[in-house]
Amino acid sequence: MAQLTMVEALRDGLRVAMADDPRVLCLGLDIGTLGGVFRVTRGLQAEFGADRVVDTPLAEASIIGAAIGLALAGLRPVAELQFLGFSHQGFHQLGAQLGRFRTRSRGRFAVPVVVRAPFGGGIRSPEFHSDALEAQIVQMPGIKVVMPATPADAKGLLLTAIRDPDPVLFCEPDRLYRLGREEVPPGPHLVPFGVARLARAGDDLTLVAWSAAVELCLRAADRLAGEGIGAAVLDLRTLVPLDVEAILREARRTSRVVVVHEAPLTGGFGAEIAATIQEEAFHALDGPVRRVAAWDVPYPPGRLEDHYLPSLERVVRAARAAVRD
Amino acid sequence: MTAAVRRRSQLLPSGRLRPGAAVSLPVDEVRAALELMLLSRRFDARAIAMQRLGRWGVHSPAEGQEAAVVGSCLALDPGRDWVVPQYRELAAYLHQGHGLERVVAAQMGHPQEGRIADEVRLLPVQVALAAQLPQAVGLAWGLRRQGQDAVVLTYLGDGASSEGDFHEACNLAGVVRAPVVFLLQNNGWAISTPRRLQSAATTLASRGPGYGFPGVVVDGNDLLAVHAVTAEAVGRARAGDGPTLIEAQTYRLGFHNTTDDPTAYTDPAELAAARALDPILRVRRYLTAHGAWDEEREAAACRAIDDRLDRAIARAERLPAPGPAACFDDVYAEPPPRVLAQRAHALAEAEV
Repeated sequence: MAQLTMVEALRDGLRVAMADDPRVLCLGLDIGTLGGVFRVTRGLQAEFGADRVVDTPLAEASIIGAAIGLALAGLRPVAELQFLGFSHQGFHQLGAQLGRFRTRSRGRFAVPVVVRAPFGGGIRSPEFHSDALEAQIVQMPGIKVVMPATPADAKGLLLTAIRDPDPVLFCEPDRLYRLGREEVPPGPHLVPFGVARLARAGDDLTLVAWSAAVELCLRAADRLAGEGIGAAVLDLRTLVPLDVEAILREARRTSRVVVVHEAPLTGGFGAEIAATIQEEAFHALDGPVRRVAAWDVPYPPGRLEDHYLPSLERVVRAARAAVRD
Repeated sequence: MTAAVRRRSQLLPSGRLRPGAAVSLPVDEVRAALELMLLSRRFDARAIAMQRLGRWGVHSPAEGQEAAVVGSCLALDPGRDWVVPQYRELAAYLHQGHGLERVVAAQMGHPQEGRIADEVRLLPVQVALAAQLPQAVGLAWGLRRQGQDAVVLTYLGDGASSEGDFHEACNLAGVVRAPVVFLLQNNGWAISTPRRLQSAATTLASRGPGYGFPGVVVDGNDLLAVHAVTAEAVGRARAGDGPTLIEAQTYRLGFHNTTDDPTAYTDPAELAAARALDPILRVRRYLTAHGAWDEEREAAACRAIDDRLDRAIARAERLPAPGPAACFDDVYAEPPPRVLAQRAHALAEAEV
């Protein structure tokens, strides 16, 4: 098996999907000659042609809206938003349109659109390039929300997304694009939606995370291990559908849960996890479900982002406090 | 198909005037304009070098577009008119009265030190492309309703002209006859996307008439022509005759921003041809022919610019690094208790 970065794994996934199914096409800004600003699609236009890897005019709403139309025409569009933060310029085509098309047509039309979007902090990006908007998209019923944290999962979840009959928002953590390599299965590697991954075992508490926060939690777990605290790390992989069973299993097993995410605290997806655990496994807990998140303020300039994002220190402190409960 | 639009020009690449050109800037103001263009160019070079050293944030240079920015902003009266920028118009911010030291401080990670002063008629840079345009229309419309004779000059690029916000802004501006000038810098590229893939329209200015106001095409590398057409548009707006869309046809000589590598998608021959049309070259030739510029003046101007940049950078480097509290500045007039509690939490953790 090949050792791939997340960028290479995503490219491999797109190549496999396009070779396998002539209906699959990619569209977005700068994805052709340039291969996208992060080079995920590099080489794909040369390999599959400019009518299957399409550089579009600069307009997020029309990229998403046209992807809906392409899907209605029987194609399998994979749209790229240059950054998730710019999804706001196409928001009405996401929640009000993409997520509701099946319902609005009373089941007549499926819109199997994948919207890929890099996001997340840690690389000193300009304004609007880092915002973690996943909770806003989760509030758009009809759209599945996928948040891979590893190269193999990125490929496997992307291929599942492209085959899914429903629209998928596929969020790619740009900080992890080239952070490390791992073995990625060749060919049509599929990772199912709604099945969380135990990224690390541990018996004293469970850190629940997705996307780049999984990498942060793994570092925190290393640190905690040095203090004699065994922290499990549960990578949710997809927020919609949500692996409720895995969350409850961990809550019952370790009795202490800390949720970590890059989005602001209030109304963040961590609140949904905490609420679900207290509804379903309240008596198994030794203490409250804790959250480590960004503050309830706009994403600051890059030089300030370390003060805004959940830090290793904050995760470790929350974990220590949870163990003391 | 849209009708062919005459491209306005006055100052030829040779530095000579087109016969019959009605020049709207006296020679001493052209000299001041050249100094501003040089400042923009040298700022870009410094910003790129500093970014490569990890001391500045991402920078989008204006290299090649200095005539479009300087020629247009000089048509404004900073004492009453506003600039609503995109993010590639440093010279316009300075002309409005924003301090270079503030621009540098912001680039070096000091948001409060980069704040635009209350008396400066300039909105913050806009990274969400075209989002500034409906706001510019509203500002222009509102100022007129408040009885002011202000004009709003707003900037966008060829890429941003594909966004819905551009079209919605133009439509509204036409309906309310807002005193706004849309200065579209068509630099040929939206990152790697060439102009021909951005729109099938023959000119981007041709959209203006569709919304009920003039669209003007101008050689964007021609300082004098850009100034003349912008001054006309500002005059129209001030007289109550409504908006104008100006397409300044220029060329991005550098890159989209410091994360971009244009060698992956540009044709070196096209770039070389564009370099021969560098807007600074022709102003230099024009002023030299008028006895208003020489190598000595150029060297002195560059030294003065570099001194200003050095001082601004040295000042910013002495500023204390902002701490976690800076994330909470200016989010609400009165922060909700929950946000105040988070701020206290952040400060307490920073002290551990």
